[in-house]
Amino acid sequence: MVPVAQCDPAAETSVRLRVSGRDIRICCGTGCRANGAMDVADAFARAYDDRSTLQIHTKRTGCHGFCERGPLVMIEPDGILYTRVKAADVPEICTRTLERGEVVERLVYHHPADHRPIPLAKEIPFYARQTRIALRNIGRIDPTDIADALAHGAYAGMRTALTELTPTEVIDIIEHAGLRGRGGAGFSTAGKWRACRRAPGERKFVICNGDEGDPGAFKDRSILEGDPHAVIEGMIIGAYAVGAHEGFLYVRDEYPLAVRHLEAALAAAREAGFLGHDILGTGFALDLAIARGGGAFICGESSALMRSLEGRVGEPRAKYVHATERGLFDLPTVLNNVETWAHVGAILAAGPDAFAALGTGRSKGTKAFSLVGKVQNTGLIELPMGTTLREIIFDIGGGMRGDRPFKAVQTGGPSGGCLPASLLDLPVDYEQLTAAGSMMGSGGMIVMDDRTCMVDVARYFLRYLSEESCGKCLPCREGLRQMVGLFDRLVTGAGQTGDLERIEALAQTMQAASLCELGKSAANPVLSTLRYFREEYTAHLEARACPAGSCRALTTYHIRAQDCNGCHTCFTACPLGAIAGVKHKAHRIDADRCIGCGACFEACPRHAVGFGPKMVCAGQEA
Amino acid sequence: MKAVRPAPGHQDTNDDGSPPRMVAVVADGRTLHAPEGTFLLEVLRKAGIVIPTLCHHPAVEPAGACRLCLVEILRNGTPGELVTACLFPITDGLQVRTRSERVQAMRRNLLDLLLARCPDTPLIQQLAREYGLDQTSYPRNTEATDCILCGLCTRVCDRVGLSAISLVSHGTERKVAPPLKQPPPDCVGCLACAAICPTGTIQAEESNGTRTIWGKTFTMLSCKTCGRALITTAQAEYWSGRSRLPIAYFETCDTCKRASTAATMAALGALGNGR
Repeated sequence: MVPVAQCDPAAETSVRLRVSGRDIRICCGTGCRANGAMDVADAFARAYDDRSTLQIHTKRTGCHGFCERGPLVMIEPDGILYTRVKAADVPEICTRTLERGEVVERLVYHHPADHRPIPLAKEIPFYARQTRIALRNIGRIDPTDIADALAHGAYAGMRTALTELTPTEVIDIIEHAGLRGRGGAGFSTAGKWRACRRAPGERKFVICNGDEGDPGAFKDRSILEGDPHAVIEGMIIGAYAVGAHEGFLYVRDEYPLAVRHLEAALAAAREAGFLGHDILGTGFALDLAIARGGGAFICGESSALMRSLEGRVGEPRAKYVHATERGLFDLPTVLNNVETWAHVGAILAAGPDAFAALGTGRSKGTKAFSLVGKVQNTGLIELPMGTTLREIIFDIGGGMRGDRPFKAVQTGGPSGGCLPASLLDLPVDYEQLTAAGSMMGSGGMIVMDDRTCMVDVARYFLRYLSEESCGKCLPCREGLRQMVGLFDRLVTGAGQTGDLERIEALAQTMQAASLCELGKSAANPVLSTLRYFREEYTAHLEARACPAGSCRALTTYHIRAQDCNGCHTCFTACPLGAIAGVKHKAHRIDADRCIGCGACFEACPRHAVGFGPKMVCAGQEA
Repeated sequence: MKAVRPAPGHQDTNDDGSPPRMVAVVADGRTLHAPEGTFLLEVLRKAGIVIPTLCHHPAVEPAGACRLCLVEILRNGTPGELVTACLFPITDGLQVRTRSERVQAMRRNLLDLLLARCPDTPLIQQLAREYGLDQTSYPRNTEATDCILCGLCTRVCDRVGLSAISLVSHGTERKVAPPLKQPPPDCVGCLACAAICPTGTIQAEESNGTRTIWGKTFTMLSCKTCGRALITTAQAEYWSGRSRLPIAYFETCDTCKRASTAATMAALGALGNGR
């Protein structure tokens, strides 16, 4: 094995390529796989068979993070990143880079502003601004090879905890680091552990919540796929700290690769003596098992997840008595998110000070985000708490796609909120996001441009939650039903006087009276959009117009004849043949046949397509 | 190490068999005493405080589904969060308000939502009127129903030990149904679900010695003495199996059993008088 960890690409200032002893790390995360990464990996594996004199090793790693540019190939120790690599590019990379030491310029990242090539990953802004703790080994190790993980420092924190520290000292270290739950609520991890340790009873559990179900979120999947050992290590340390000897990893069944890698990692950890009886000769015993989720979003809620693990219907229950006292099977239980567990080993290995030095007041360390939406560089990122939204979206994310203006960013999944441009300088931490009417949640971050209607966004999340609510308690189930009805009225121009007040009152009822966090926070997208984009609601209600031109029932499209050069692009783009015109002459949209999909608007290279409000009589569309 | 806390709601004894600790709770200014860990609703009702509920029944585990038993917690005299009394285990010094303006408004909002779901259900109409609502302020549910999804029927069926019906689907699609919407194979026609249903949504039909519920028809067992239909044969078999009583035990109705016992006693008494 090549000791990659010892080769520090940061020591090099310019591209000086070595001619042998290289690692080729092919991102084989789910996103890159979908774009043919496995073919690329196979091509490298075939190629390096006869180049073995060059000591080239190919490695199939987890997600490198820069999903927008996948499949990604990293050449180490040079630190060159090739983007959007196809199997057909492999011979060229082999001949030019690996044999002759040249950079294949067409495959490297180009700066979006000045188009200069940036061959080194560490110089690409997307990577340069990140600090990776939970994601420390993702993209560096082969997740199916425990020896590779060990060579990169895995299980070092576990060794420290089990052989040098008492359980209480472990909890003190986690408390000193200031680690808080990465699943959304931000509860103190040490607080949970201590309560569970103190709870009476011999039998206790540790659980990893890997039921990541928020639309657009994939950080937990990437961790489980790319570095399952970090999660297992964290759970061993946690179990030791609370005195648990059994644990479960609850993973979505929609994450087959994560389950496969986790199974392999658990088997390898058992083989290595990190699980089972007498771990590292300390007498401590623990075993972990995987439980696969059945596709219910609500099972990501901790009490529902525990019911599901018990073999019952996954429905939340009241938390007046904490899970640390009465959790799984009514026994003391610690449940943490995948990312929280992944942090633990690193904190134990590096000491709590390094972690506590990062971040803001009460939000310490780093946080992983899945950055998606209308941003140039979508992908998986990890940043110190307190990084501003502007840095995330414009520096790391590379700014808006298609140079459209930024409108809002939705954080925290369906229960989060939408934050406007005026809050771009908001430092991202638990308290600031909550104060702004959103939340940390799962770490999903959906960037939206001016073509996004905020009323429609709120309606989308409401519809999602009305399907995913368990339906047990009245305010959540009936509240969401009525909310969806009120929003359906708004987007079709059938809103009635007083609807905004009705929405607000209903949101307050749901917040105060619902049984679990899903219902309590279901109104967050509504309240935050009402708070920051109220004029958009008023436009839908009073002018019966959608300012973003997104709500089909309220929008008509037209072609400005003076701007149209008759390129015929819109004619081809229109799915209904509603556009008439011959080449080189101005085109025209037949309003009766137009369904308002906006395909012509997106397609027109000269921005000659405009939109405006459709005249809707009250009640006509209802 | 913290003292062993009793299981919420079941406070006859602690885990170690010792009697539970008595604690004091202040509700609407009145001090009430009860064992620690008792559910608040039980404490309040025992003291005669009226709390509306729709999904609560002493025979089954509390669920916290209807939310009508919300009360306001006071923290150092200032209003805190709203909690459901049916699920809240009491601790010493707990202070609550059961009829504050906020509590009443919240109950009214909940009933408003429920009335939109069940606009024609007398129980809901009556309860809503008590909170000053004649009709819902929301659009009426297009599929108006009497079922309030309190889940009492499915919980009592679990309690009987059959789980023949359950709550299926989730979100706004949730409903009570037998498996695959077919006549439930495990149902014995005991009518516990129909008896506990607060709105009378679950109905059974009885005629000519048969009973039909959930699309399944049962033959009735008639009393050997008076000939009246008693319980279903399936029910008799189920209870006979569970209680190990002979099936013959179920073949005479309670009235006739009593009559027979009374007759025996009378005969014995006559013997005594003659002595």
